[in-house]
Amino acid sequence: MAMAAIEGTEETMSDIRNYTLNFGPQHPAAHGVLRLVLELDGEVVVRADPHIGLLHRGTEKLAENRTWAQSLPYMDRLDYTCMMCSEHAYCLAVERLLGIEIPERAKYLRTLFDEVTRLIGHLLSLGTHALDVGAMGVMLYAFREREDLLDVYEAATGARMHPAYYRIGGVSRDLPDHMPQYRESKWKNAATVKKLNENRQGSLLDFLEDFTERFPKHHAEYHTLLTDNRIWKQRLVNIGIVSPERAKQLGFTGAMLRGSGIEWDLRKKQPYAAYDKVDFDVPVGVNGDSYDRYLVRMEEMLQANRIIKQCIAWLRTHPGAVMAENHKVTPPRRADMKSNMESLIHHFKYFSEGIHVPEGEAYAAVEHPKGEFGIYAVSDGANKPYRLKIRSPGFVHLSSMNEMARGHMIADVVTIIGSQDIVFGEIDR
Amino acid sequence: METLMQTITQYGSGLFGAAWPSLWLVVWTLLKIIVLVVPVLTCVAYLTYFERKVIGYMHSRIGPNRVGPWGLFQPLADAGKAIFKEVITPSRANRKLYFIAPTLALAPAIAVWAVVPFGENLVVANIDASLLYILAIGSMSVYGLILAGWSSNSKYAFLGSMRAAAQVVSYEIAMGFALVVVLMVSGSLNLTDIVHAQQKGMGVDWGLNFLSWNWLPLLPLFVVFFISGIAETNRAPFDVAEGESEIVAGFHLEYSGMAFAIFFLAEYTEMILVSALTSLMFLGGWSSPVAFLPDGIWWLVAKICGLLFLFLWFRASFPRYRYDHIMRLGWKVFIPLTVFWLLLVGVWMLSPLNIWK
Repeated sequence: MAMAAIEGTEETMSDIRNYTLNFGPQHPAAHGVLRLVLELDGEVVVRADPHIGLLHRGTEKLAENRTWAQSLPYMDRLDYTCMMCSEHAYCLAVERLLGIEIPERAKYLRTLFDEVTRLIGHLLSLGTHALDVGAMGVMLYAFREREDLLDVYEAATGARMHPAYYRIGGVSRDLPDHMPQYRESKWKNAATVKKLNENRQGSLLDFLEDFTERFPKHHAEYHTLLTDNRIWKQRLVNIGIVSPERAKQLGFTGAMLRGSGIEWDLRKKQPYAAYDKVDFDVPVGVNGDSYDRYLVRMEEMLQANRIIKQCIAWLRTHPGAVMAENHKVTPPRRADMKSNMESLIHHFKYFSEGIHVPEGEAYAAVEHPKGEFGIYAVSDGANKPYRLKIRSPGFVHLSSMNEMARGHMIADVVTIIGSQDIVFGEIDR
Repeated sequence: METLMQTITQYGSGLFGAAWPSLWLVVWTLLKIIVLVVPVLTCVAYLTYFERKVIGYMHSRIGPNRVGPWGLFQPLADAGKAIFKEVITPSRANRKLYFIAPTLALAPAIAVWAVVPFGENLVVANIDASLLYILAIGSMSVYGLILAGWSSNSKYAFLGSMRAAAQVVSYEIAMGFALVVVLMVSGSLNLTDIVHAQQKGMGVDWGLNFLSWNWLPLLPLFVVFFISGIAETNRAPFDVAEGESEIVAGFHLEYSGMAFAIFFLAEYTEMILVSALTSLMFLGGWSSPVAFLPDGIWWLVAKICGLLFLFLWFRASFPRYRYDHIMRLGWKVFIPLTVFWLLLVGVWMLSPLNIWK
């Protein structure tokens, strides 16, 4: 029997067949748990077949069994590299169903944190993309800046990765007036600590402002390392070209669509939060290749920086409430709860039964760093969603993998994955 | 020292009689080999530390700093870890070749050191065909890579070894042509003589010895040789045979423990070797750059360290070439360039402007 099997393989070995390579799920460039079955002719990709579902956690179904407020932290875990933007879409959808307006300051805070998140997401995307293409340095430089932004996250919300900061009706709390500081340790002496804490003496806004001042300088470093580097250009230019028409047909959004030359940005086209009150430009590409998408993301970082600056200036001069005062749908202030019977009841109802959302359906989308991230919520009037549908940009972009990778080499598949900027949390949901 | 040697000879002759001279030759050569290989391998160990520190600082991080003072014992810890890890053999691997492959990668990398001179008469084997020996033994190490990839019976490893084979073979040609020009201008295949040939010329007359070295008249070949050397050793940005983010680890994907570490030993030994050869052939070896300072092995060490730093610098900053771009660079740029320079130097040497008389 064994002999027969060996003879059989010898026979089939004689004719030339394509080679199937299992790219992932445990692969350094798989960006999580992408399993890509590549059919190869030599090193040239004949077919790329993405398999998904290895990170499926059933977020949509879980949301059906939680109160409206309880589902919010799940949104952080969708795209775990751009957390607050997903929260934003969820909050917008529920607020739309409830028909409430949030305070102006909350809108600016959301804009601020959306852009901080955009920087966090794009820095990660840039770093991993460069690392996939082999440039180690950019990854660590990008993470150096990302670290400061995660400190901002932590100072404002208490968590670096899963902040759960936005709330239905506003944001959970106002910005703190001081930044956490480094402490001396075995590895950090007094001088180092002093230097590290130099820009942490003021409030969170001061720290963030200091960041926006120096970010363009760091951004120029990434450009120096990559943009005009011949190897980088050889690896990215004309790789994974998508024509504008095809990009629309495939349902691309975000940098993937803008890279193909279509000026479409939800922040401009369907403004939400305070985006209609801040100035920024929408960069678009020309050729629709990986290099253009890279440039679009790079420019978006500078624009995000610009928006952050404007938000800081506004937030400094406009104190106020950050949560809607309608305590049927938002939690009451804790101090009130101690003295006011009604607040106590509101508190109890909010955190046990949850809020009731009027019957209806709503779709809210935000310009997530990766594209259009939408939440479609259907309510039957209960304290839980009847159905929650998540529209994730990464899923759509990944679907085009076969089309983008066909005819390229294995090394280009890695470039394309990097330029699609996919994260499995949102694809598998 | 003289009396010590005499004592050894007398004592040995008394003990073994007529067989002593040949026996002593073997013992003496073995001693020389040990004296060479132990420092080389120590350098390899500390090159990994140096690499991690240098790249660390380039990346604005710290690098190893926990094992021993400033992390100096890190290489020892790494070696200890590698030794005690299990060497896993894939069930469908060709076991014999699977274990021969690492040896075949490391052995030539160390063997080449036999002809590398560190100073006047400071060489294990001062043979006349040392350049040929280097080419012959140096190209052996690619068999280790090919066999490793093939015998692992893994698709990624196989792709890696295919890439390694094609790349190393193509860059050997450019490297070979560069060496031909060096031997033309030096009139010798012996590395010691090649260094000697660089110790005379116009620059030396002016007291600026470094202007007489081969790097200046053969500048394009110096660059081509060093870049080909980087490609030969599969270092970034030519590390497609490993291609971390594409084919995971390439040819040594299935290896673990010491078998895995041996590939790294080979790679780092070759890095030092390429730097040493570049220093000897283009940067005047152990000669001092200026006339008022004495020659000596420390100059060679300094030059090697400088070139090794370039290896690390490239790794820290460049993205990785794509496999077909590497081939294009090798065949369409380097080989025509070296062939052209070969002809040019040939004509130059026959013309009255010959500076290598």
